[in-house]
Amino acid sequence: MNVFPYLVAVWLLGVGLYGVITSHNYIHLILCLTVMQAGTYVLLLSIGYVHGARAPIFSGIPASARVVDPVVQALTLTDVVVEATVVALLLALVIQVDKRYGSIDPDEISRMRR
Amino acid sequence: MSALPALAVAVPLLLAAVLAGAQAVCGRRVADLLAIAGALTGLAICVLLTIHTGHGLTVYWFGGWRPRHGLALGIAFAVDPIGSGLAAFICGLTTLALLFSCRTTGVKAPHYHVLMLTFMAGMVGFCLSGDLFNMFVFFELMSVSAIALIGYKISEQAALEGALNFAVINMIGSFLFLTGIALIYAHTGALNLAQIGAALAHGGDHRVVVAAFVLIACALLIKAGMVPFHFWLADAYSVALAPVCILLAGAMSELGLYGLARIWFSALAPGLHRHTAVLSAILVALGLLTALWGAVMALRELDIKRLLAFVTISFVGTFLAGFGLLSPEGIAGVAVYVVADGSAKGLLFGCVGILQARRGVVGQARLHGRGRDLVGTGVLFALGGLFMGSLPPFGTFLGKAMIDDAALRAGDGFLPPVVALASALTSAAILVAGARVFLGWGPPLPCRPGDADAEAVSGDDAEADLAVRTPRVMTAAVIGLAVVVVAAGVYSPLDDLATRAAGRFVDVGAYDRSVLHHAVAFRSSAGQPPHWFDYLYGAGSVLLALAVAAVILWAPQRGGLLRALKTAALAVTAPLADLHTGRIGDYAAALVLGVGAIGALMIAVMR
Amino acid sequence: MTRGRRLAAAVGLVLLVGGLAWTAFGLPAFGHYHHRYGAVAARESLPLRRAENAVNTTAFDYRGFDTIGEEFILFVSVVSVVVLLRELGDEADHPPHRERPGATQQHSTLTRWVGSALMGPLAVIGADVVTHGQLSPGGGFQGGIILGVAVALSFVAGQYLILRRLRAIATWMDMLDAVGAGGFVMIGIAGLISVGPFLDNVLPYGHSGLLTGGIIPLANLSVGIEVAGAVLVVLAELLDQRLLSGPA
Repeated sequence: MNVFPYLVAVWLLGVGLYGVITSHNYIHLILCLTVMQAGTYVLLLSIGYVHGARAPIFSGIPASARVVDPVVQALTLTDVVVEATVVALLLALVIQVDKRYGSIDPDEISRMRR
Repeated sequence: MSALPALAVAVPLLLAAVLAGAQAVCGRRVADLLAIAGALTGLAICVLLTIHTGHGLTVYWFGGWRPRHGLALGIAFAVDPIGSGLAAFICGLTTLALLFSCRTTGVKAPHYHVLMLTFMAGMVGFCLSGDLFNMFVFFELMSVSAIALIGYKISEQAALEGALNFAVINMIGSFLFLTGIALIYAHTGALNLAQIGAALAHGGDHRVVVAAFVLIACALLIKAGMVPFHFWLADAYSVALAPVCILLAGAMSELGLYGLARIWFSALAPGLHRHTAVLSAILVALGLLTALWGAVMALRELDIKRLLAFVTISFVGTFLAGFGLLSPEGIAGVAVYVVADGSAKGLLFGCVGILQARRGVVGQARLHGRGRDLVGTGVLFALGGLFMGSLPPFGTFLGKAMIDDAALRAGDGFLPPVVALASALTSAAILVAGARVFLGWGPPLPCRPGDADAEAVSGDDAEADLAVRTPRVMTAAVIGLAVVVVAAGVYSPLDDLATRAAGRFVDVGAYDRSVLHHAVAFRSSAGQPPHWFDYLYGAGSVLLALAVAAVILWAPQRGGLLRALKTAALAVTAPLADLHTGRIGDYAAALVLGVGAIGALMIAVMR
Repeated sequence: MTRGRRLAAAVGLVLLVGGLAWTAFGLPAFGHYHHRYGAVAARESLPLRRAENAVNTTAFDYRGFDTIGEEFILFVSVVSVVVLLRELGDEADHPPHRERPGATQQHSTLTRWVGSALMGPLAVIGADVVTHGQLSPGGGFQGGIILGVAVALSFVAGQYLILRRLRAIATWMDMLDAVGAGGFVMIGIAGLISVGPFLDNVLPYGHSGLLTGGIIPLANLSVGIEVAGAVLVVLAELLDQRLLSGPA
């Protein structure tokens, strides 16, 4: 069990990448990117985990209590919100692509252009 | 003085927020002026910072979180002359790009200006930062700003596709980056570069560190546009507005390499120094491959902007090879070359912008001979082409000569001829395009219906928008860029200054101690002026460029051997061109293959 | 999908995933994080800043400068969405923003009532999460999302088109975004003005309750405003695309 969470992260990265490569729909492709991203979050959070420790919020727990690493949580936290809006930005591009091409299949669009 | 590092980023960011908040009352002129003022302020701050940094390292702890007992809790900017010099160059380039875009049509105030300012702030922050995650944040800020700047012309389908390809590939890159950071953090428990370096000095030769290095390096090389991660670059740079291209090609690509150099020398080298020779070989090989690939593709390309995008790829390859020597002399050469070449590319993109403003198209086929009356632009364009061929004694020549000397010192005698060949080929590609457009030389080219220009000229309104004469600000900006290239070559102490700065850049022990403990003296070495054979290489590469250009222009009429040669060259390089499919799936597959192969190679040789 | 792509992807994925899995076995065992950075960051939060939530202290104080950068990524994304979904010159010749026929009739009374009823409580929860960032799980990012959603509920409840007619709303939302982003930088500059470093914690740390942590609650507030504004602008832009038919 000592590496299982890490392997989950690796799997998410790999499966997301597979999705991006094989996708036939830009919206599906963008969701595959978020799957990859979930992999990085799982990795970050599992790195900072400590067995049997508390959340690093010292209200109601003694100051000497063992807590998990707050740094990776802060890194993940800021990234989650930000990436949500980056996805919105990508979707905005896809909306425009759909307006101009009437399709959101990456391969079909590049065929149209040639 | 002490607040300069923070202000270099805070001022443009605050100005961007103010511009966005005041959009209801902010017209185009006001936005232009404010944005240029912001970029100029950034330039002034970075120049002062470079002078202030002098011979040491300026360390700035945000929130006053100085390290206690050698443990860094907060974020630091660790500013050395190379970092702040590059930041100053970026601010200068942004100033000229903004000046140029004062008269670019289709720009909406103030959103465009907001994006340019945040783009600049992201790049400057990336240059100055001494913290791995903080570098990632600024890396992201610059990517996100770039997405919208690339896709700015939403009326053009190619722009949307270019922006999407850029966004998707670079997002994959940022996930690789973040994964690499997570691995480093798991192994060392540090995010500060110096802290990582200190932690890796003991037991840093570990598979986790190797994997992290591969991931971070690939992420940064995606941004730099190294083969096989470069496919997105041509699609993206060929569709952006000309002033945006000046920044993308002149600064953003090079920043990928800067980041790699910074992270290697400040953080990872103490752990992986045993593998320096292997790594150097891999980087030089990939760099030279990229240099030649870009040059060949540039020669085949008819769309001038796309051609310049391939030129960018080629030069990034040369820089990568120079950096790959992993010596202070190599770094110094790259630093000078980046400034000179970035300005020269900016100059060329500026000329293309003028062409677009005057003629509405950028394809060599449609423009054939239509630039005859744009004498000034033509002269500047040709000058840019010669700069690319490293014409002595200008800045590009100096940079190339320094890299050549570094290569000879490292015993890589094959590097100078290959680099000279690549720069001759790129120069030839530019000169051919210039001769066709501005002189009407060579036979007219057939217009293919699939050309990017086809859609641009289809509407009648396109003609109505054209400027009757070239706006003065555009000319001023382009001439300003030319002056930088000339000055870089003529200002003789530059060679020595760059070598001294690079000596400090690679002194990882002094860096780590200065950040975590107290300021210590840095090692440094003196530079030397170009040798006689450097001039020979420079002259040879310009002559070769002229010869290749002549063959391409006149071979079709002459027939016989030359014509057969040209046909054969086109046929041989066709498979290369076929790889540039424009499909995101193909690009992502090439990316995965590249990362996997480089990773496997590293692991195999580093065991 | 071509054969070349499939081959490249297969080889690359096997190498990449295999390499990463091999790397995973070299990482410190799961649940055994032992580095000083995290431990010190957690331990020092309460004594140094009177802030109980160490994650929040990390995000807004120790590494507050990262958060400014991240906040600006958010800000840029929003500006970019506005830029990418803008109407072009040729489209503006026609009357813009025609409501799609039937767009207003698509909601039921029930959605409207439930949506309106939830708005108030959600706004209170959002404000609570933003302001208690330094004390309990939450903070500017999480609270900002809740605040944004509270207002967005009024869109979903079918009032969007009615709100949309008040052009002022759109300007107001754009302003929120900029104010939030600029606010955090101003907090940083306040440090400079008091002759300290950028982002210096210039305010008193307090003893207990809401006003602890110095600048941390203010930073949370500015991020909360920024995030709420971002959610609203993005949602409004996307709803415009769905509900208003451009002259295409």
